[in-house]
Order: sequence, then C-alpha cells, then structure tokens
Amino acid sequence: MLVEIAIGFYTTFMKMFQPRVTVLFPEQTRPQPAHFRGRHRLQRYENGLERCVGCALCAAVCPSEAIYIEAAENTKDHPVSAGERYAKTYQIHLLRCIYCGFCEEACPEDAIVMGPEFRLANDRRDKFVMNKEDFIDPPEKGFGSPDEYKLTRSHPEAVKE
Amino acid sequence: MDLFDLITSIIKGLAFPLIPLTLVPVIVLFERKIIGWVQERPGPNRVGPWGVVQAVADAAKLIFKEDLRPAGAIAFLHTLAPALTIVTTFLTLSVVPFGPKLSFEFDGVMRTVSMSVLDLNLGLVFFLSITSISIYGIILAGWSSNNKYSLLGGLRSSAQMVSYEINLSFTLACVLILAGSFDVYDIVEAQQGGFLNWFIWRQPLAFLLFFIAQIAETNRLPFDLPEGESELTGGFHTEYSGMKFAMFFMAEYISMFVMAALVSVLFLGGFQGPVALPVSEWIGGPAWLTQALNALIGLFWLIAKIAGQIFFMIWMRATLPRLRYDQLMSLGWKVMFELATINLIYTAAVQLMFGSNPMPLFTIPFLGTISVQWIVLFALGAGVIAGVELLTQAYRRRTLNAC
Repeated sequence: MLVEIAIGFYTTFMKMFQPRVTVLFPEQTRPQPAHFRGRHRLQRYENGLERCVGCALCAAVCPSEAIYIEAAENTKDHPVSAGERYAKTYQIHLLRCIYCGFCEEACPEDAIVMGPEFRLANDRRDKFVMNKEDFIDPPEKGFGSPDEYKLTRSHPEAVKE
Repeated sequence: MDLFDLITSIIKGLAFPLIPLTLVPVIVLFERKIIGWVQERPGPNRVGPWGVVQAVADAAKLIFKEDLRPAGAIAFLHTLAPALTIVTTFLTLSVVPFGPKLSFEFDGVMRTVSMSVLDLNLGLVFFLSITSISIYGIILAGWSSNNKYSLLGGLRSSAQMVSYEINLSFTLACVLILAGSFDVYDIVEAQQGGFLNWFIWRQPLAFLLFFIAQIAETNRLPFDLPEGESELTGGFHTEYSGMKFAMFFMAEYISMFVMAALVSVLFLGGFQGPVALPVSEWIGGPAWLTQALNALIGLFWLIAKIAGQIFFMIWMRATLPRLRYDQLMSLGWKVMFELATINLIYTAAVQLMFGSNPMPLFTIPFLGTISVQWIVLFALGAGVIAGVELLTQAYRRRTLNAC
C-alpha cells in the first residue's frame, strides 16, 4: 500500500515540471481549422470594388432569416460593385445567425464568406445587428487588413483570387 | 500576574495570530498553483503578475457577497457555528512556540517570556481539548442549516474527528513519554542538538500516524468527507456564503498551519534548525542582539518546516483520491488505532528499560547523538511500518489471485 502511494506521489511530483497544456487564450490562440465558420466578411476585388451585387440569394437561403438586403443600381461614375447593382443595405443579425455557412455557398460572386472571428460578445442587443460597414473588408487593403485577420485564414483560395 | 505579564501577553496575543493570518492567502495561492501544475494547468494567473493578488480578489468577493440564511435555519446557531470554528482554531494556535524564550530585565528583575501566546506547562492537553471543542462548530453548522446534506456532513465530521482524535492523542503520548513533559518548550528542548535528535527518528511510526490523523482532523483531502462535494454539495458549509463561509475556509487553513507547527514541535525539532550551529555566538554583540537573532532564526526554521509540510499536504491533495466513508472508519479504528496502541506500549516499555537518560553510542558534532534507546525505537517503528506494508501486499496478492 505504502509503495503504491509513493509511486503516486512520484507521478504527481514529476507532473509539476511538465509543460502546461493550457492555451492562455487572449494572449495565445490555437490554430483554427480551415473552413472555420466565424463572423461573416464581405470581400472586394483587388481594384477595391465590392463583390456583392445585391442579388439577395444569401437572404433567400438563410434558414434563420438573419440577412436583410436592399439593393441599388450602380452609377457609371461611381460604381460600388462589379455588377449592375450593389447592396445598399446589408444587415446580418448575429443573434439569429446559426453560422451554417449556407449564405457562403449560395453566393454566386464569392462576396460573403465566413471569417475567422469568433469573439462576438457584446453588452447590448442592438450591437449584434451588423451593418455593411461593420463586416466589409476595408477598401485600401483589398482583402482585409492583416492585423484583423492574422489569427488564421479560413479561405486561402479566396484571398489569392 | 503583574504589569510585565499583562504587556507581554497583549503584545503576543496581537502579534502571533498575524503570522498565520498573513500566510493564509499565500497558502491558498500556492495550493491553487501547485494543484494547477500537477494537472498541467498554469493555475491562477489573471489577477496581478503571476496571480499574486488572486487571494485578495477572492477575499474581496467574499466580503461583498450576500450573507444568506436558509429558511428554517436556527439563526443563533447558524451564526455561532463559524465563529466557534475560527475561535477554537485561533486558540489552538496559542500553544505553538514560535521561537526560543526571551529574557528581559524589567523593574530590576530578569524575566523570561515564551514566544507562544500561552505559556502553559500543560500546553498539549490544552491543545487536545480545544481541538475537541472545534468539532462543535462543524456539527452546529451542519445541524442549524436545515439541510440534509449539511447534517450528513456534520455527522460525518463528528464521527471522523472523534475516531482520529484517539490516534492523535495516542501518538502524541509517545512523544510525551520520550520528552517527559507536556510543555511544548520541554519537548523542543528534548530534541536539541541537530536533526539526528529529532523525534521523527525515534518515532517513525508515531510520526506517520500523527501526520495521517492530523490531516483527518483538519478535514483535508484525502479525508475531507465532511465537505465531500461530489456527494454532499459542500457538506457542512453548503448553506454558508460570504464572510461566514470565509470563516470556515480560513479556519481550515489556519488549522493546517497550526497542525503543521505542532508536527514540527513534536517530531521535527520545533524552532530549531537541522544543524545546531551557534550562529549568534559567532556574530557576538550585546545580549539583546543575540536574543533577537535567535528568535528570528527560530521563527525562520519553524516557518520553513511548516511550509514544507503544507507543500506536502497540497501535494497529497493533488495525488490521493478521497476515501470512502467505511474505508475511513476502518482505517481509523482497525489499522491506525491498533498501531498507535502498539507504538504507545513499546515506547513506554523501551523508555522504562533504558530510562530517561539513555547511554549515547556516538555523537556527531552539530548533528546529534545516537543512543541505544534510539536504535531500538527506530528499529521497532520501522519494523511495524514494513510489516504493515508486507501484509497489505500479501493481502493484495491473495485477493488478486482469488479474482
């Protein structure tokens, strides 16, 4: 009995000097799997034009009806998107969204993709309704700033395009 | 009792409780850290650098927490129970000697002051009686909470503490026989002159039994059945919150401290260092400097021994699973009680045979003396431990073969 207990004590003592398995979350992060479905992003072409043409297929396919789109015509002088029309209003209700990724599959222009961001906590309900400005890639970078998406890349092929 | 006694008592009574009180947050932090390391976690590390302010944050939370009392609880007893627990715990602290006696000249007369709050010549009897009273706190907490789990926890703890207190007293009696006194200072003096003179070598079995019994007395794992959160949702302190819970919590940690101090006094030479170096004589200087130096060295060694034991207790918590209730009772009554009785009888017999001044075989300077009585006691104690070990292994082998 005493020998077994001594072996147990030896085991736990040696465990004290082993590397920790804990990931210290805000400072360290674990690599995300490819195709991780986090908060949505709206992508742009390299020339800065929006990919979204306002077709609302994503809103149609959304099982929880979390997407609301109002489309508008592009003007010749200041085209917003590459197509004829663009999304004037693009809202996603993050509390309704179930992160299924159907919108991403439905999008014919590869405009909406599921991004890597998963830290979505907020202190007010109305802050969970994202407007277009909140999740579209910034125009100067083309495909989102490296700071914002340095954690992982869930769609490397989309970045290359 | 004159003015001198009054002044020194007040100073001692105010100063010495501060030692465990300041050490409790440190112990709590290290407990959480060490258990974290054993489980390959970093432990608390968010509040302050390396999590050092964690215990302060916990205390602040407990102070501001709502003080709930369940419906149907007996208000007076529900409030009395945590107070009783912490008061008795502090009373047990009063017999711990934190250092060698000091002597001052007061009013033209040399007076000696002990570095324990109470200077009793029956210190250990006082200690045993106060630990018996501390059971009441837990029973009352369990009973007055109007909760089945609390009551079960209180009942368990009373049964457990009564069973293990017998082992505690029996093993303590062996040390008393060797030292020939109930006074903690006499016991420490009997272990003078280096670590070979410590009673742990003369009483290895008593040391083992006392250590196990004191863990059961302080309700620490693997004997924390009164709390037993997997079966009793917290046991006797299920219905306590806020500062009342904090009192139980503090009492547990202070009693850990006191019990470790007592093990140091009884078996590990108390406030004396492992090597009897006359440091203060080398430094020289006036008498007050020598005394202050001796007192500080004594305090250092006592705290070091307590720290080592508390580390072992935390390590044990991280290693051993909780015993089942019938296992706890059969360990206490069917194994430890018998061993303690045998140990008491053979210690008394050996002491009668060789007398209180055994012949020294050889003396190692600064380390201690080895005498005939010693070797006999050590051999008997080690023999009993080895015999128990062999018996349990044979029993295990038999039951394994039977399967």
